Amino acid sequence: MAAVTPLLSTRNLCRSFGGLKAVDNVDLDVMRGEIRAIIGPNGAGKTTLVSLICGRIAPSAGSIVFEGRDITSTPAHKRVGLGIAYTFQITSIYPNLSVFDNVALPVQRISHAHVSSRGLKARAMHALERVGLAGEADKTAGALAYGHQRLLEVAMGLSLRPRLLILDEPTQGLSDGEIENFVRLVREIGERATVLLIEHNMDVVMQLAEQITVLNFGKVLAQGTPDAIRADARVQDAYLGTGGDD
Amino acid sequence: MNASDRAVPVWLLHLAVIAALWGAQFVLPDYHHGILARVMVLACFAMGYNILFGYAGLLSLGHAMFFAAGLYGAGLPIYHFGWHVVPSFAFGIGCGALLALTVGMLALRTAGVAFMIVTLMFAQVGNLMTLWMADWTRGDEGLTLSRPERIIESATVFIDLTNRDTRYVAAWLLLSAVLLITLVIARSPFGRVLVAIRENEERTRMLGFNTYANKLSAMVISGAISAAAGAAYVLLFGYMGATFASIQYSILPLLWVLLGGAATTLGPLLGALLMFYLAELSNDALNAWFPGANLSQIGIVGVALVLLVLFFPKGILGSVRERWLGWLP
Repeated sequence: MAAVTPLLSTRNLCRSFGGLKAVDNVDLDVMRGEIRAIIGPNGAGKTTLVSLICGRIAPSAGSIVFEGRDITSTPAHKRVGLGIAYTFQITSIYPNLSVFDNVALPVQRISHAHVSSRGLKARAMHALERVGLAGEADKTAGALAYGHQRLLEVAMGLSLRPRLLILDEPTQGLSDGEIENFVRLVREIGERATVLLIEHNMDVVMQLAEQITVLNFGKVLAQGTPDAIRADARVQDAYLGTGGDD
Repeated sequence: MNASDRAVPVWLLHLAVIAALWGAQFVLPDYHHGILARVMVLACFAMGYNILFGYAGLLSLGHAMFFAAGLYGAGLPIYHFGWHVVPSFAFGIGCGALLALTVGMLALRTAGVAFMIVTLMFAQVGNLMTLWMADWTRGDEGLTLSRPERIIESATVFIDLTNRDTRYVAAWLLLSAVLLITLVIARSPFGRVLVAIRENEERTRMLGFNTYANKLSAMVISGAISAAAGAAYVLLFGYMGATFASIQYSILPLLWVLLGGAATTLGPLLGALLMFYLAELSNDALNAWFPGANLSQIGIVGVALVLLVLFFPKGILGSVRERWLGWLP
């Protein structure tokens, strides 16, 4: 394991908002092909951490290396080109545009400029088929049921053909049946891409994650396999033992 | 745009509109013939405005500066240095594009209301400059171009832009070109990105698009088209004055686009046409009903704007698209 370079690594990564250290000296190594879950109580800095990784916000200190390349100061839109895709915690689709247009945008982002409109269309429809939304292509995205909007959000991320897909609380607000489908979908994605998953639902985490990183007050509290994390006394103290909501 | 894209009716509709405007010159009486030529030029201004406001969602309150850049950029070299019509026209467009690039690089650091105010301030500077440099522009009084200055002449061609029919055809050519450019942009991947920025800029950035560069491109295209309208105006109608750089000419394209339908390709033309006739007719009506009161048609225009925003926020073609013709670009 030590000889393999990680797909993504952060060193001493910090971000403060005023006096609050939302992310505090985080060293994170994510291996290629891994499904990594990031868990922690509310306000632990999970979303801030992945926002630093995808470039939505700039770090106060520290560095981020992706595929051996320092991307600390690379703008967000260029990180997408390098293969980092982010799906939002609060569903962020284009509610006034058609479902088709929602995925046509990421598809055209990674297509060559001279790709035909027919080729574009085929790829966008394929992305919708993967999440089971092909039948809704001409609907206005805002008119979709909430669960379908979450799926559309993932389809947009997938259409970027990312090497690292960041899913920020993807199952929030989904029904049990929808969660089941979702777990299947993420497993499928995980066969080709590396997945960084922020998730509160511990069942989902335990089913999917190969490695878990636990954050608390912006710091890494523990890291390891699901079994190791479950057995960790500090984690139980901070999170698992106290939280009755999961 | 949808998965089921209807390219054929879209192109047919636009070509039909262009053909109808061509045909109109043979049937319209003199008075309306002249108005339509003027409206077609102003509609180009509105279409330029629509690229930025309708598609990219950036509300500029300073587009008079781009129209005036084209107007003076084309007119002053002719008046002062005896340039010919064709290079002057190109120079006017270049002035507008360069101004839009410069203003855009500064103004696009802001968004929303701040963007409106910054563009407004730049346009005020432009307006004051046209007054301040009165030695060159003669300020409010303005300058007129004489007939020989508005003739394109070479060994094989003789085009007199002061001629009524030639003027109509020139305005029609410009309108057709700008309309087709707008249509191509609206249906292109670039157009889709502009709409995406309007709808959700943060999402668009996180889908990997350089939103700043796309907005700046929209600004330059919008400024260049507005300047083309300004340049055509001075060449076809022979007059340039500081009024064209005033706030009124920043509000008018907004109004035309709102009336016809923002982010529709044909809305700006329809809006400019209707608003022009509304102002004309209301002027006559005001004079007839309140003789000597010297009431301004601007009031009518203002009332129209208020009614529009209250009852038809999407404009005429925007509402038509929403209710009946979903494929309308």
